Formats: sequence, C-alpha cells, structure tokens
Amino acid sequence: MEVNQYLEMFIEESKEHLQACGEHLLELEKNPEDLAIVGEIFRSAHTLKGMSATMGFEDLADLTHKMENVLDAIRNEKIKVTPEIFDVVFESVDHLEEMVYDIADGGDGKRDVQVTVEKLKLIESGETAATTVAIAPVEATQKLETKVDAANLKLTYDDFEKTVLLQSSEQDFKAYEISITLREDCLLKAARVFMVFEILEKNGDVIKSSPTVERLEEEQFDHEFYVAYISKENAEDLQKMLMKVSEVDSVEVNEIHQGVFTQSATTHTHAEEQVEVQVQETSVSTTVVPEPAVQPVQKPQATNNNSKTTVHASSKTIRVNIERLDILMNLFEELAIDRGRLLSIASEVNHGELNETVERMSRTMGDLQNIVLTMRMVPVETVFNRFPKMVRQLSRDLNKKITLDVIGAETELDRTVIDEIGDPLVHLIRNSVDHGIESPEERRAKGKPEEGTVQLRAYHSGNYVFIEIEDDGAGINRDRVLAKALSRGIVTHEQSLTMTDKQINELILASGFSTAEVISDVSGRGVGLDVVKTTIESLGGNISIDSTQNVGSVFSIQLPLTLSIISVMLVEIEKEIYAIPLSSIIETSIIRNSDILNAHNQKVIDFRGKVVPLVFLEEIFEVPRKEMKEDGFHSIVIVRKGDKLAGLVVDSFIGQQEIVLKSLGDYLTNIFAISGATILGNGKVALIVDCNALMK
Amino acid sequence: MTNAVEQKNLKVIVFQLADKEYAIPVSHVKGIEKLMHITRVPKTARFVKGVINLRGVVTPVIDLRERFELPIPENEETTRIIIITLETMEVGFVVDSANDVLDIDSESIEQQPEVVGSLEEEFIAGVAKLENRLLILLHLEKVLNPLD
Repeated sequence: MEVNQYLEMFIEESKEHLQACGEHLLELEKNPEDLAIVGEIFRSAHTLKGMSATMGFEDLADLTHKMENVLDAIRNEKIKVTPEIFDVVFESVDHLEEMVYDIADGGDGKRDVQVTVEKLKLIESGETAATTVAIAPVEATQKLETKVDAANLKLTYDDFEKTVLLQSSEQDFKAYEISITLREDCLLKAARVFMVFEILEKNGDVIKSSPTVERLEEEQFDHEFYVAYISKENAEDLQKMLMKVSEVDSVEVNEIHQGVFTQSATTHTHAEEQVEVQVQETSVSTTVVPEPAVQPVQKPQATNNNSKTTVHASSKTIRVNIERLDILMNLFEELAIDRGRLLSIASEVNHGELNETVERMSRTMGDLQNIVLTMRMVPVETVFNRFPKMVRQLSRDLNKKITLDVIGAETELDRTVIDEIGDPLVHLIRNSVDHGIESPEERRAKGKPEEGTVQLRAYHSGNYVFIEIEDDGAGINRDRVLAKALSRGIVTHEQSLTMTDKQINELILASGFSTAEVISDVSGRGVGLDVVKTTIESLGGNISIDSTQNVGSVFSIQLPLTLSIISVMLVEIEKEIYAIPLSSIIETSIIRNSDILNAHNQKVIDFRGKVVPLVFLEEIFEVPRKEMKEDGFHSIVIVRKGDKLAGLVVDSFIGQQEIVLKSLGDYLTNIFAISGATILGNGKVALIVDCNALMK
Repeated sequence: MTNAVEQKNLKVIVFQLADKEYAIPVSHVKGIEKLMHITRVPKTARFVKGVINLRGVVTPVIDLRERFELPIPENEETTRIIIITLETMEVGFVVDSANDVLDIDSESIEQQPEVVGSLEEEFIAGVAKLENRLLILLHLEKVLNPLD
C-alpha cells in the first residue's frame, strides 16, 4: 500500500486522537464513574490502532491495542479505575505521542515501551478470571428462523461492537445482520438509504454498516449494503417494514447467534484483530447514526450508553495544504490590484453602469478577502489542549495541588503562529506550576487555599490576540530579581533606581538573567525565559509581566492575528517606497537641521531627554539621488529594538497601511536590513525595512 | 546544462543580448514578460536589478548584460524579462529581446566555446550551430551562482 500520501493525514489525525484521549482521561479522572467517557477514549484509541496498523506502524498499533484492552476492561466494569491505572494509561498516551512525533519527524515510530506494556498487561490480567465469567454463555432466548454462525457473517466486528451486540441480547434485544439490495435502476440511492435507516432507527439501533454511513450518503456503493442492528422486533416484521421503502429490491434479515460473539470475544488473537482493523479502516467512529431522532424510550440503559458514545457529529471540514492557501492569497492579490486599476479606469470613463459594476465587485472582493484571510485561522485550542495533561503530571511530580483553567480556547490565530507558540507556552506554564505555585503547606501557612490555580486564557482585542497565564502563586520577589540583575550586570545601579516594578519583573526575561543554580534561590522564575521572549518577538508579538508578591503573577503575550498581514508605515525616499513595521515604530516626527547634534561622529537628536542616534536610510540603502534635497527639515521615524531607540531619516511619510508580507524568494536571501517585500495597490513592489538590523 | 546536452532534441527559447543569440531550455522557462516596474533592492550585486511583482509573487530580476559585463543600452520596446525556474529558485532575466523557440539537435551542440573570449565564457554550457546561426547555451546554475 502506498502510504506516503496518507502519512501527513495520519499524523494529524493521530495527534487529534491522542489529544482526545488525553482530554477524556483527565475528565474521567474527575468522574471515574462515568463509563461513557471510557467509551470515548476507547473509540479514539481504537481508531488510532486501526490507522497505525493500516499504515504499518506495528509498535504503535501494538501499544494502542494493549491500552485498549485495559480500557475495555474498565468499560465493562471488570476493573475499577484507580490513580495507578490512570498513571499507566497516561504513560501509554505519552509513549504513543512520542511515537507519533517520531513518525512526524521522519522516524519509524519505534520505541521501547516494554515497561509500560508490562504494566498494562498486569492491570489487564489482574482481572482475567472475571473477564471469562462475564462472557459466560447467556441463556438462549432466541428460537428464530434464520441464524447465522461466524462463518456466514457478512460484517466483521471489533470487541466494542461485539460487546454492544452481546449486551443487547442480554437485555432481550436481538442482533441482526440485514442485507438490503436496492433496485438496479434506483435513482436516489442516498435517499433510499436514508429511509431505510429511518425505519431502522425507529425500531432499534444500528450498530454498524458496510459500507460506512458516510459512503452510503455519498452513494459510494453498488446496490447492496449491510447493517448490524439490534432491535426487539422480529426478523419478519423488520423485513416487511424495510420492503415498504420503494426501489428496495430485497431485504434479508439474519439473526446473529450469540455464540458467535462469546466465542470470538474470548479467543481473540492479536493477528485477527489486525486483519479486522485493516478491513474496517475507521471502524467504530463510522457507526454514526445519521438521524438523531432515536426514541430513547425503546432503548434499555445499556444500549443507550453505548449508542451515546457512537454518536458524534462528523465535522464538516477538510484539510488544505497551507501552500494552496498561499497561492489562493496570491491570486486574490492579483485580483485586488486589477480592481484598483479598474477603479481608476472607471472613474476616468465615468460610465454609470461600469461604476456600479466596479463598485459591486469591490464589495464582493472585500468579503472574499475576509474569507481568504480567515481560512488560515485555527483555534488556539489545538495548542491549549496539551496543557491540562502536562499540569496534571507536573503537579503530581511536584506534590502540589493545582487546577488549570482554560478560557477562550476557541480564539483563532494564524496557523503559522499556532505552530510557533506552543513551546513558549509550555515554558511559561511550567514556570507557573514549578516556581509560581507554592507547596500546599506553604499555601496553608499564607492563608491561601491548598489548591493553586493556573489560568490560561486567550482572547481577541483589535488586531491582536492576547494569551495570558495567571497564577495565584508566590509572585516575583522584586528585591531578589533586582539584586540578581545587578550582580549579573544586566542593569546598572543608576538604571535600577528609576525602574518601575513592571520593568523589574520583566528583567527575568533578559538573556543571561538566570542560570540553573539560582532558580530556587531567586523568586524561582526565569529558566531560560529569554528564549520565550525571543520567540514571541520573532512572531511580531511581545510579552509583559505583572506580579504582586504572595498574590500571583500574570504573563501576558500579545500576538498579531496573522503573520502574513502587518501594519506598516509607508515612507518615501527619493522615488522609492519602503515599509516600516508599525510594531517597531514609537512615533514619527519632523525635526529641524539645527536639532541634529554630533556625538562621536554619529548624528544624534535629543528625543524627550534621550540621546537617539539617527540612521539616514538614504545612505544605508544607497538610494540614487539626482539632486540634494535641502529644506532645513527632516522627517524621522523613531523606532525601537528592545529598549534601544533610533531615528530613521526619510524624505516623507506616506501613511499607515495594512500589507501582505511576501518573501523575496530563494535567490535573494539575507539582504541587509530588508526583511521582506509587499505589493502595493499600484502593483509595484515595496521593501520592508528590518529595523532590528539597523540597531546593534 | 549537462543534462540538456544529453537529450536528443532540445527545445530552447532563443533570446538576443548585445548582438549574440543565446538559448535556455524551455523546461526551465516559466514565461516571458514585458518589461515592468522593477523595485531596486539595496545592498545586492550590481547585476541584480531588483524585484518585480509577477502575478503576486515577488520575483528577483537579473540583468544579463550586467551579469556578462556587456555595455548597457537604453531599454527598448523589445526588452523582455524571461522568467526561469531552477530548483526552488525563480528568477527573471532581463534580455534585449526574446522571440524564438527552436528545436536543437543535440548532435549539433559543441561543448567547447571557441568563439567567445569574454567573461560570459564561464556561463556557457555549449554552443549550437544551426545553419548560419550560432546559439550560445547558458549554464543556468553558473549564471545564478555564486552571488558575488
């Protein structure tokens, strides 16, 4: 099987399933009695197992299978969930994640998981006896016409489905395999399928179908399909009811003998499982019941539970390669430029209908632009999801009691930002948990509740997304931070006198602030937080810290909504237009010749009491000039890099604009002081000034 | 282009520069554009004229006359930008004119260029004699690298 083309999809989906496993495990830990959650976890695990077996990642499939066995035992109430079991299952999920990440990095997904597998086996085998007892033959209630044995089954079932079928028979339900053949000339196959399912669901539960419901809905089958079904109706009635659907050629209702399941459920070998999984592909998740109008009255408790776990809305999304979106964006911009030309032509020609058409087109393009831009947006949830598990593990390791509140996980961010923001957040949350929140004893002594809270929240504001991490821990010890910063020479004594509390807090983000040995010594924060700061700034964002001692701290990250669109100030030098990112601009001003001072062969100005060096962009960029311009005034843009300032001297300001970032391509790389380009409304290219390169 | 030489029949785009005719395999040519506004990029090699907006993609443009250190004439009506792709790079070449597509028999390609003794020599992959025309096959990798 040619798997490469599916690899990316496999990795993405595996990550999602593992994410779901992790989330549900956390949920289950809070409500250990809720077996529906176990079903959810089981489903994710099962799909993952199927996928990885199909893709040939045996180790992954194998470990998932072992984990699944344990989950199955929990679900069937053969094992009571204990914190120890949770630890092992979490451990398995961690291993699985590592494997998937390894595969994503081009590895083979192999990993030594012997210890975990042993633990899983122990948990499972602790209950083996009970397992056999539970699946002991149930009294034979059926005496019906047609019964199929294992050899004649049209469908294959996994453990989960078998359990459902088994349980239903314990509740006086009958399990059927129904094959429905539509007439050859059937025109609306999907509609017939729908009608068949409607009848079935009124009278019982569809456990699975072949082909899958999705494929049936898309009419991707010949004329025949099978369903596994449980109901209290007898076979004959069912057959008659189904025959009422027009264009149905024949209906065959076969009752499934219970023995089929009791046998194979107990003597299930791994090999069988593998084959089965490959055949079924997406297995349990495909048993979606298309019509939610099931009547709960007709269902006993057990099946109700199970069907609840099988119903989950298939999401109406598709995966699109981000490169295609980039292409779409380019095409769109071309269109936008042509629109500009059309607009100017229309205004020259001044033709009523033309004007109207161009105007309408402009509006449509505005809407289109919004759509194109929002297509790259992904909810921040994809990143946030991994933190609850991490905090749980950390708090267990550190013997602390911590709850993590996640707020605003639905906030959307550009995909490229999402990919980058994960690691900095891990760093910050670790810090809050590790050094922010005190031990339960300490907290009690301070009169705080034993359980500490870390709140992770995201929200939109203007053109920015804010992500904040707030804890109610010890806060930052101002004096210690300052003392450390002084001893490391990060600030001078004079500087320290005028610093605000906030500035002092933010010293922990300075590079060289912290080394391993001082972590617990100083307020405890600052494990390489400079890396966090650098990453965030490289994304065009910034980070600030608010902290009150013994009350807690807030780390606030501000990020642009998207990396591909930034606000810039367009400036002109001779005939050339350059864009300066607004994020580095402090302000613009116009100065007189006489304001310029000379210091160490460097032209400087006095800007609000600060000596700011001037950078003549004309010289830096070697702009060819026909004649010297001299009117005694200079337009300058004051830009910032960290706490350093510089004044960029330009000819004139054009104004503020939102632009789409473009790269200069693979041929022109590392151009001094140019970070990229953009296309202006008139179709010309303007270069973006990299202010950071202009300041040492 | 070594691999180009190996092929039996080579389809090339022919363009003029000064008074010579040059050729680039069609497989590397993405398009031929009329001269458009070029934005100068500071601090780059002299022969890098700048960047253009090629249907939404910012594309660098190299002036081949500058690259070969030929005298620079005034841009005329016939001036074209040939967009070529090489691996992941996409670059435009400014040429005097481009108007011909030819099939060259690889037999007629000679490796050693004896006819030229200027700087362009190092950018030449071979020459092809075609009746009374002489086509100079460009070595694209060398034209683009190194960026000095």
